[in-house]
Amino acid sequence: MKTVIVDYKAGNVQSVLFALERLGVNATVTCDAEEIKSADKVIFPGVGEASSAMRALKAHNLDKLLPTLTQPFLGVCLGMQLLCQHSEEGDTEMLGIIPVPVKRFKIDLKVPHMGWNNLHHLKGDLFAGIQEDEYAYFVHSFYAPVTEFTIAQSSYPEPFSAALQYKNFYAVQFHTEKSGAPGAHILQNFLNL
Amino acid sequence: MLTKRIIPCLDIKNGRTVKGVRFEDIRDAGDPVELAALYAKQGADELVFLDITATNEKRKTLRELVREVARHIDIPFTVGGGISAIEDVEVLLQNGADKVSVNSSALQRPELITELANRFGSQCVTVAVDTKHTPEGWKVFSKAGTVDTGLYALDWAKEVVERGAGEILLTSMSNDGTKGGFALDITGEISKTVAVPVIASGGAGTMQHFLDVFEAGADAALAASIFHFQEVPLPELKQFLKQNHIDVRC
Repeated sequence: MKTVIVDYKAGNVQSVLFALERLGVNATVTCDAEEIKSADKVIFPGVGEASSAMRALKAHNLDKLLPTLTQPFLGVCLGMQLLCQHSEEGDTEMLGIIPVPVKRFKIDLKVPHMGWNNLHHLKGDLFAGIQEDEYAYFVHSFYAPVTEFTIAQSSYPEPFSAALQYKNFYAVQFHTEKSGAPGAHILQNFLNL
Repeated sequence: MLTKRIIPCLDIKNGRTVKGVRFEDIRDAGDPVELAALYAKQGADELVFLDITATNEKRKTLRELVREVARHIDIPFTVGGGISAIEDVEVLLQNGADKVSVNSSALQRPELITELANRFGSQCVTVAVDTKHTPEGWKVFSKAGTVDTGLYALDWAKEVVERGAGEILLTSMSNDGTKGGFALDITGEISKTVAVPVIASGGAGTMQHFLDVFEAGADAALAASIFHFQEVPLPELKQFLKQNHIDVRC
């Protein structure tokens, strides 16, 4: 099985590589279109600010490529938000793969939403074997609301999407690579898809 | 519910843990990765590595350490100590650190906070604030607590958040090492004023001290020696807090 991590110089690639290594998987880090297209699994990490990440994706011509992919695809953190329609962060048009907006947390909350929070309303294969209310590690200031594409929720204090799925595109808001044993389990579930 | 975080802090010199560590089940107490792995297993929510190396080789040893920690530890960690430039942060994040903590460099040149936040996102930027209680109130001190900066802790905390800090690590130097409890008043005041998470540090001696500081409003609490010396075992601490209606991961 060939697993690639999409590298557009804006993601925190090393942590994901190490998390895969702990699962016995050697992944390729690349921004090469052919390499990405030929992969069995594609992981799309992201840390930082939405508009600069979109600029980096465009600079690598990834904004055209990623929506055409058909293999199981996993966006992580900002990598999840980039798959959405539009972000209030920098008023940015995102990749538009999952028809969901990205909004800023209410002004009266502490932002970033930082730390371990429960996952609930878990759906589908990505969360197979994960208990309702299991903890995952989040660090983010923007969120996708709960919609028909939500496959896991978390609450701060209002429910938001902890994970999304649209066709082959899976996405998690939490850092699955930094979420201890449950995070590793979810990553393994993705590799098993 | 977002839970309150418990954060063991490891002081690092030339890639090794310094300060005493009294763990019988660790082969080599000086190996920070091994100690970090144990804390992660025991339920630590995050880790802080504070590098106090003062050599020219600093950058290289720290990069190697961060890489080894990221390879073996599956919870988030912050690296602090002598970080003063975008390039320092880039190397640490590329090797798997989740956040960096800046202190004196931010006092010397506050613009650094904004530069780091713009480049890496606020969520990566923790500003450490060292404060001491003085007759004039809680003031910010630099150079390991020797120099009064003239700033008030609350004012500086507000400023660093305005400049883009995503988190404040507030150490009370008046409480640090006393094991008499955290500085509840200033921790609570800053935590209620700023819109980012506040980590309380300095003074932890008992489980009750953690309960007190969370009730005062801290989002996270950091300690070193009481964990290293197993005076407050992490799993027991988590259970105690849970029984006292603090939301913690356990």
